[in-house]
Amino acid sequence: MTILRLALRNIIGTGIRAWLNAFIISIALVAAVWNQSLVSGMDEQASQASQAIEFGGGQYWQENYDPYDPLTLEDAHAVLPAALQRLVNEGKATAILVLQGSIYPHGRMRSLLLKGIDPGQRVLAFPTSSLADPGPDLPALIGGRFAKATGLARGESVTLRWREPGGAFNAQDTRVAQVMKTTVASIDNNQVWLPLARLQAMARLPGQATLVVLAPGTPPPGPLPGWTFRDIDYLLSDLRALVKAKSYGRTVFLVIFLSLGMLAIFDTQVLAIFRRRREIGTLIALGFTRGQVIRLFTLEGALHAILAVILGAIYGLPLLWLQSRAGLSVPAGTEDMGISIGEKIFPVYSAGLILGIILIAMVVTTIVSFLPTRRIARMKPTDALRGRLT
Amino acid sequence: MTGNHLIRTENLVKTYPMGLSQITALNNVSLVFGAGEFSGLVGPSGSGKTTLLNIVGSLDSPTSGSAEVLGRQVEKLSHREAAGLRNHSIGFIFQTFNLLPVYTAYENVEFPLLLLKTPAQQRKKMIMEALEWVGLADRGRSRPSQLSGGESQRIAIARAMVKRPPLLLADEPTANLDAENSHHILQTMEKLNRELGTSFLFATHDEKVIGYLRRKITLVDGRVAKDETFPSPAGKGVQP
Repeated sequence: MTILRLALRNIIGTGIRAWLNAFIISIALVAAVWNQSLVSGMDEQASQASQAIEFGGGQYWQENYDPYDPLTLEDAHAVLPAALQRLVNEGKATAILVLQGSIYPHGRMRSLLLKGIDPGQRVLAFPTSSLADPGPDLPALIGGRFAKATGLARGESVTLRWREPGGAFNAQDTRVAQVMKTTVASIDNNQVWLPLARLQAMARLPGQATLVVLAPGTPPPGPLPGWTFRDIDYLLSDLRALVKAKSYGRTVFLVIFLSLGMLAIFDTQVLAIFRRRREIGTLIALGFTRGQVIRLFTLEGALHAILAVILGAIYGLPLLWLQSRAGLSVPAGTEDMGISIGEKIFPVYSAGLILGIILIAMVVTTIVSFLPTRRIARMKPTDALRGRLT
Repeated sequence: MTGNHLIRTENLVKTYPMGLSQITALNNVSLVFGAGEFSGLVGPSGSGKTTLLNIVGSLDSPTSGSAEVLGRQVEKLSHREAAGLRNHSIGFIFQTFNLLPVYTAYENVEFPLLLLKTPAQQRKKMIMEALEWVGLADRGRSRPSQLSGGESQRIAIARAMVKRPPLLLADEPTANLDAENSHHILQTMEKLNRELGTSFLFATHDEKVIGYLRRKITLVDGRVAKDETFPSPAGKGVQP
């Protein structure tokens, strides 16, 4: 208690220098919380968007389907098992047929995926209703990125080509019914969405699909022969790996910030031990052991972290709150990097995040504060009393 | 503690390395101090006064020989035991006062009692008493930077005396004080010695201090050259 009291007095007595050190650490703390909260926000937004727009509550994949191998698509379709068909009929799932194809926008050929989906589905939150045109034209739904890449606009027609079972190529013109703006690049890049029944007819694959997306909260009907269930954790694993990879990069900045703070603490401690040699000798003469003096100096250093938490709370909490309300605008092109985060990232804070960062800062500060104090253990009290270093 | 002595040194030797050679600061010093003495180690700079004081204060240990202080063999004490001895039984007064700068005068005096975990009520009483001994009961709230040299040394005396140690060691306590303040604090210490029975051991070459001593041990080149006792203070004549 005496040591804590003395440490508090000493650090307050240090005046502006202590507050400057604490301020530097507080910047590192606030920056770390902000940085990690952006990663959390990015993860949460991207996960929510991907679930709502692409993954639903899990998917059944036809056993040959491998989204990373387009060559599997030729055989990756089958008639839905009764259990899945029932869910589709009840509106608790939607079937998607995926085929390889190509288009010829403005005379140039471009390979792509043709995806058939029920225009009336409500499982995934994207505007498939625009495919519900009963007219003779084949309506197509494309994403903004694909529209930009191909130069296609709403109402424009383009020739589609695909391969029928047996190997023959077929072609048909399609009209862009809508260009959708979506944060999920994986339903946008290099793909054209068509009415499921029309695509099944074009490809002569009646009643067949490549995957079935379950509505969120719909329990999977269990193992189905020829179909593999992919739960949401599996489907989000790539996304989470990407967010994690990005968070590593951000951690570098955190380490740099914290290192600056720690450098200031280390410097302060070394200087304090040098300047306060006589005081160290006095404390030992008054009955302090060397261990107590080391604890005192270490505690003084560690108290910088507590001051930093207080300072950080004073200016950081309002700033972080404002940021969580206003969000952070995402630079153009970020969405194309594969994370579905929209135009703004809204940081997500949690008690665990904040306490974790505070704990790390406290532990690191304590260690950095302790390191220079080892010199005290070698100090002779008689030399210290004379203001000499042993 | 054996017999009536407070401090006993036998064949005390202290050497320091100086480059490749050794400097002998104390050379076979054998002395005995009884309880309630008002003694001083005198001699020129480098004669070994402070070295002997530091060994008696368990701040240093001898190279050979033995130093028994309040029944404890200093050379055998661990760091923790030495700290305990200083904490409980020895008060220190330094040439440069050595008050803790961030504490008020009151808190400086309080510090040894906090280490001894003295209850708050008793602590307050003892602090006020100590401040009254040195005539600074009204300066408790002042910080060391607001005190004069004489006042600082008087607060240092109060800090050393507040726990009522049987032994008080003072290293050149008047070296940074003018004559008036020197006599003031020496009179204070003499009064405390008389009234509380505390033993005082000085290291000094200040004639003003020497004038108050009842026993004067002269050290020359680390040896005891002379050990004189006086029925009354040695040199009252030098007082103003």
